Amino acid sequence: MSTPEDINVRQKPAVAATGGGTETILATKQLTKKFGGLTATDSVDFSVERGELRCLIGPNGAGKSTLLELITGQLSPTEGDIYFDGHDLTDMEPHERMDAGISVKFQSPHIYESLSVAQNLRVPLERTDRDIEEVLEKTLDRISLSEKADEPASDLSHGEKQRLEIGMAITLDPTFMLLDEPVAGMSVDETADIAELIRSLHDDGMTFLVVEHDMEFVRKISEQVTVLNQGSILRQGPIEEIESDEEVRRIYLGENA
Amino acid sequence: MMDVSLPPRLGGIADKLNGPNTLGNSPAFWAAFAVGMALMVAYPLVQGSYAAGQTSLFLVYGLLALSLSLIWGYTGILSFGQVAFFGIAGYTYAIVSLNLGGVFGQTVALPIAVAVATLSAFVLGYFMFYGGVRDVYVAILTLVVTLVLETFMAQTAGSEWSVGSVQLGGFNGIPGIRNFALGVEGASISLSGSGFYWFVLGLLLLTYFGARVLVNGKYGYALVAIREDEERTAMLGYNVKKVKLAVFTLSGALAGLSGVLYATWGNYMDPSVFTITFATIPIVWVTLGGRESLLGAIVGTIIIERLRLWFSVNASEFAIVFVGVILMISVLVLPRGILPGIRDVYVFFDKHGVREGIDRGRETVQTRVRTLLGSAGVDVSETDTPTGSEEVVE
Repeated sequence: MSTPEDINVRQKPAVAATGGGTETILATKQLTKKFGGLTATDSVDFSVERGELRCLIGPNGAGKSTLLELITGQLSPTEGDIYFDGHDLTDMEPHERMDAGISVKFQSPHIYESLSVAQNLRVPLERTDRDIEEVLEKTLDRISLSEKADEPASDLSHGEKQRLEIGMAITLDPTFMLLDEPVAGMSVDETADIAELIRSLHDDGMTFLVVEHDMEFVRKISEQVTVLNQGSILRQGPIEEIESDEEVRRIYLGENA
Repeated sequence: MMDVSLPPRLGGIADKLNGPNTLGNSPAFWAAFAVGMALMVAYPLVQGSYAAGQTSLFLVYGLLALSLSLIWGYTGILSFGQVAFFGIAGYTYAIVSLNLGGVFGQTVALPIAVAVATLSAFVLGYFMFYGGVRDVYVAILTLVVTLVLETFMAQTAGSEWSVGSVQLGGFNGIPGIRNFALGVEGASISLSGSGFYWFVLGLLLLTYFGARVLVNGKYGYALVAIREDEERTAMLGYNVKKVKLAVFTLSGALAGLSGVLYATWGNYMDPSVFTITFATIPIVWVTLGGRESLLGAIVGTIIIERLRLWFSVNASEFAIVFVGVILMISVLVLPRGILPGIRDVYVFFDKHGVREGIDRGRETVQTRVRTLLGSAGVDVSETDTPTGSEEVVE
């Protein structure tokens, strides 16, 4: 593993993600998104502390993806505001939000299939004045794709594509990383690789918000969990509390367990 | 397949010409390019000034094709509007140069016409890209704008439709545009025949090199990234709308330059440049030559226009039908276009060697032909082909 300090110098890891004394990095205020008559998120007040690794769970149609897309700027809210690290994101374009320190990994791998692995990582870097070769080498090492740097991205396995996309997202040194079901469709080994990658990035101080269905994976990476249901926050708290909560079990886990 | 090897940064303009986003970067490519250029330069000396003058139209069109290659081939935005900017620039040049008169008038008209085309592209692009128009709707909208221009210009026959002393002339258009000239009275150059040919060839070469530098530089990554996955690119911090607007405007400017040269080449300007036939032809050039290849766009243009000229002399009614047939065959046989196809063949033989390459190539062709005939309902028995291999070799 390369020296992570060079990639992430902005924050020290929060000692206790659950404890007090931390600082809110992301907050939504009365965030509402309506699609015609359907209310996807209903006056959601949601916040994430700096250095936290938060998982967002909930049944299909709970509003998880909508909330994510409101944060990235792919959707604009019907009502309400989003604040991030001192910025009011509400009227910012997606690329401006990325400049503010947010990065996202989509659910299905969004990579540039016709480019090589290294060129994929170059795309975000070409825009910046960072030392491209240095960041490239470190990122390739971090996502364990150094040997495949010059191979076309279309030849990668599903798990490798997912890692590559996470690699693309971290080249810009984000403070806040959004992951939409990062282990969907992955083998056990591939899932373990991703879990380790996420944990190591989190140890370096990166804040995470992970939308996930796989409760085993959630248990592996996260301490704090938010449960969304029908566009509202149902419960929020440590994973053990959530898993033993009667209502959560009935609405969500009951289906999976 | 893109060239995945990244050239060492040696510095210098020559090095900037090569890169991951152009297909030909090898010494072999540049040697072939130099031979081709030498033949192009020598063409007027062999064929004479008149033939050179006729052929220079293909080079003028080459600029138009380059503009489409940039916006469609590299950025993934299919535009039928390149001929609109081409025509707007041509008309503007006619109006300004004939109003001002003299060589100086012509000299001034050139930048004005290109500027008007550029501004038109910027305004249309701004409303499209910042208005959220995407994908196929860009193609539809640009086509509509082009056809509206045709309808509008075609009804400008009356004497009330004049700008200064120049009448727009409806279907007949504006005649009497003079040959290309630059300078002021007493110190000017007027270009026709061979001179015009070399001038356009030089402009085309410069534009081609400029486009190579552009697509192989920082900007090139943004273009290709937007073509491949617009959403991902925005989520990597790129201002996608702005980049698209910039490329659209630039390609509008190139199309405008092409339009000015067209007006001076034919000495007239009429609404036929806004017709659906002419709007479609650049797509054919670029598809045939290879839309992800800048040089391919130019080569495709020259091939199609050469054939179109031949057909229009020998079988005029069917010229456009033949062009359609050629397009269909090329899409079936070389889906990525001629130049990428040639490169694939070159890479194929490089990998497999000549002997094995020929064998494999024959099998591939046989299999494809049999599949094609089979799907067309022709009975293809094994006896047709001695090897009888069904294996598809890619």
